[in-house]
Amino acid sequence: MKGSKPKAKAKSVLPGFGISMGFTIFYLCLIVIIPLSAVFIKTSGMTMVQFWETITNPRVLASYRISFLTAFAAALINVVFGLLVAWVLVRYNFPGKKLIDSLVDLPFALPTAVAGIALTAIYAPNGWIGSLLQPLGIKVAFTPLGITIALVFIGLPFVVRTVQPVLQDLEKDTEEAAVMLGAYRLRTFIKVILPELIPPLLTGFAMAFARGLGEFGSVVFISGNMPLKTEIAPLLIMTKLEQFDYMGATAIALVMLVIAFVMLLIINVLQWWSGRRAIAG
Amino acid sequence: MKQTLMFSSRILTVALALTLALTGCGSGNGGGGTTGTSEGTPQQEKATPQNEAKKPVKLLNVSYDPTRELYDEYNKAFAAHWKAETGQDVTIEQSHGGSGKQARSVIDGLKADVVTLALGYDIDALVGPGLLDSEWQKQFEHNSSPYTSTIVFLVRKGNPKNILDWNDLIKDGVEVITPNPKTSGGARWNYLAAWGYALKHNNNDEEKAKEFVKELFKHVPVLDSGARGSTTTFVERKLGDVLLAWENEALLSLKEFGEGEFEIVTPSISILAEPPVAIVDKVVDGRETREVAEAYLQYLYSEEGQDIAGKHFYRPILPAAAEKYKSQFKEVELLQIDKDFQGWKAAQEKHFNDGGTFDQIYTPGS
Amino acid sequence: MAGTVTAHLDHKAAQRPQHINESGPMRIILIAIALLFLTLVVVLPLVTIFIEAFKKGVDVYVASITEPYALSALRLTLLTAVVAVPLNTLFGVAAAWAIAKFQFRGKNILITLIDLPFAISPVIAGLIFVLLFGAQGFLGPWLDQQGIQIIFALPGIVLATIFVTFPFVAREIIPLMQAQGTQEEEAAASLGARGWQIFWRITLPNIKWGLLYGIILCNARAMGEFGAVSVVSGHIRGQTNTLPLHVEILYNEYQFAASFAVASLLLLLAVLTLVAKAVIEWKSEK
Repeated sequence: MKGSKPKAKAKSVLPGFGISMGFTIFYLCLIVIIPLSAVFIKTSGMTMVQFWETITNPRVLASYRISFLTAFAAALINVVFGLLVAWVLVRYNFPGKKLIDSLVDLPFALPTAVAGIALTAIYAPNGWIGSLLQPLGIKVAFTPLGITIALVFIGLPFVVRTVQPVLQDLEKDTEEAAVMLGAYRLRTFIKVILPELIPPLLTGFAMAFARGLGEFGSVVFISGNMPLKTEIAPLLIMTKLEQFDYMGATAIALVMLVIAFVMLLIINVLQWWSGRRAIAG
Repeated sequence: MKQTLMFSSRILTVALALTLALTGCGSGNGGGGTTGTSEGTPQQEKATPQNEAKKPVKLLNVSYDPTRELYDEYNKAFAAHWKAETGQDVTIEQSHGGSGKQARSVIDGLKADVVTLALGYDIDALVGPGLLDSEWQKQFEHNSSPYTSTIVFLVRKGNPKNILDWNDLIKDGVEVITPNPKTSGGARWNYLAAWGYALKHNNNDEEKAKEFVKELFKHVPVLDSGARGSTTTFVERKLGDVLLAWENEALLSLKEFGEGEFEIVTPSISILAEPPVAIVDKVVDGRETREVAEAYLQYLYSEEGQDIAGKHFYRPILPAAAEKYKSQFKEVELLQIDKDFQGWKAAQEKHFNDGGTFDQIYTPGS
Repeated sequence: MAGTVTAHLDHKAAQRPQHINESGPMRIILIAIALLFLTLVVVLPLVTIFIEAFKKGVDVYVASITEPYALSALRLTLLTAVVAVPLNTLFGVAAAWAIAKFQFRGKNILITLIDLPFAISPVIAGLIFVLLFGAQGFLGPWLDQQGIQIIFALPGIVLATIFVTFPFVAREIIPLMQAQGTQEEEAAASLGARGWQIFWRITLPNIKWGLLYGIILCNARAMGEFGAVSVVSGHIRGQTNTLPLHVEILYNEYQFAASFAVASLLLLLAVLTLVAKAVIEWKSEK
């Protein structure tokens, strides 16, 4: 990395690297690394066979699939609508815009359990929206669709907040040039704007996706928790814990941990790579 | 390279220094924290200066979900009784949650003086880590269960699906709400009651019983993790035709949500649910609260304790109290966990452990 | 990367030249769709909370947020945030300084590790502290001998909260500092400024909005965390119940109105911080 960026100095004149880096690493170890290593140590008490059987049990596999699919669907929905919300907030003026902008952050702040209860109340068969959808034969609460809605709620800020600044900085010049060359609006969007937005959209997608995989508090209320159908992986960890099966719980936790780490690493490398390409270009 | 090396050594030094500094304060903080919490007691003490004899004492009762209202009232009654008896002030703190989760918290270090859980199995789990003696259930009368309950059906007004007994639950179009037996104590009683019914009606044929519960769970659209979650699903979300519930929860729902909306159906056969109580030896010995903790649980068997239990829809065992609340409980043939299921350990292994009969219901392709 | 700074919505943005803007009707349609989506996903749940909270009248509302258990939960929640947020802020600034102003090997791994708590299930976040400090955990027996209680007490709740809110500040200011580069600081250094001077006079003014936003998010999440705290709390009434846990307890006691009242209190706390941010922003713009 060091050699690849000619601009970066091998020797910085700035002070404070030792102390800031030292503190960063120390704090990271204390809060994140050491506690997380407990999961690895605990599972090392299992034999390979036990470990493998626990994490490939059909119900566990089904729960990965449900967590994976609903988180993926929710992240996808957030990419489309998150982009739209960011677009509208950046480009247009309308009354109450500031308020709407603040609303986007609220899913971060609302306790997930409260979100789950409120969403269940709305989308249950006797709720405001659930009762409208019921005659159409659409069930939301207690189905994978309900889980997806909860995860859309949880993941929305991630997408909006990553796309917004990029959209703001987008230079008008290229757009103008495209228009002058006679491109249509939609074409300008697809050919000129969208490519610029792909890195932040990818990041937002991945963050929303990763967060959705692990979400627990809001999902347990709306999912119905049916084994093989709407049982998510974090709930299985909880279930195992409540049966005093610490090993089994940590084994599933370990799998989820590794998935989360790999996903994040891919995002960061992608981002670093696209940043480098931008510098090179 | 040299640069990197120098950096890393500087990082290491700083990190090390910080670690030392923080572990130093860390333990200091921890100590401060604990004294901080225990200081809460002396302050309350000053508020009531009349007891020079004994210092006020605190108990922590770790209990399961449906006992919230019961212990809310009982704690006040016991505090008054203990004050009158010994002149000592006692504050009882409560913690509620799913029975298994609560037992796990105690195992992990939640300092409970007494546990009052949904089933013996969850208290048995405390024996392994040395928190209490394996003979705990003999310490108090009546299997250490000062009150009992059973499993009944809660149906919607007028009983539109005409549900009268267990076999009505597997009729076409009937939706049954029950929590997950893996995570809920109450649900395990539900499951065993259904199992017992099926055995009895099929000449003790286990395969038939297995089929029956499997069919039953096909009628379950939502598996909440706890009894309270299921009640909310049935009552608030209006899902399902029948809720399998603790008798005390069903009666409480009638009281809370109005008699007009629901009815209780008592099946032909059910199970004697014994939610037991126990002293956590290791904690009371460490805190020197054994005397008051024992009195606390013993008083549950007194007239007043039994009356409060009956008032909160638990079946009292004291004849006088049982007589007083007789009208709210229907007589029903009750299976017993020790007699009909060879105790909790056997029942747990056979039905609820990983790979047990309950898991087999949810095995793909079965 | 979780949200770089949004802080300033460019007011000029809307006055873009006609020819590179969408037509009027198109704009209205887009705004309408965006608002509809936000209504379905965010606004409706919020409205539900307030409707349910006031269902039984203002008296019940006031009573349920002023009863002793609610107040002690509020105290605990605020205390937790007061400890967790400054620590994470300090960390965020240190990490951003090291990562944005210097080049070193393994930067991607370091950033990924900082991001990790975002993606870890709250259940696991709670579990790790139980494995570490629980009575059956690695350090539990030793701590017990020393008479130190970590989980099921304040330290455990604080630790779990710090873990969950760990990346917020760092993630907010790292990209900002990276984008600003190092020239200004280097110029100051070559003029003989000392480390702290450089930071206070040059870096801090440049990142203050991002920092503020990160702190606000960190604080909001710290007060609202449910899953991880639920695992390590022990749920002792009046002692180890935070506001989100108190909401759950009330809900489980069929006190729906009270439960939503307390939830709305949490929302108000969050809204308050957001309003504070808007006010500071507005003042500084003048």
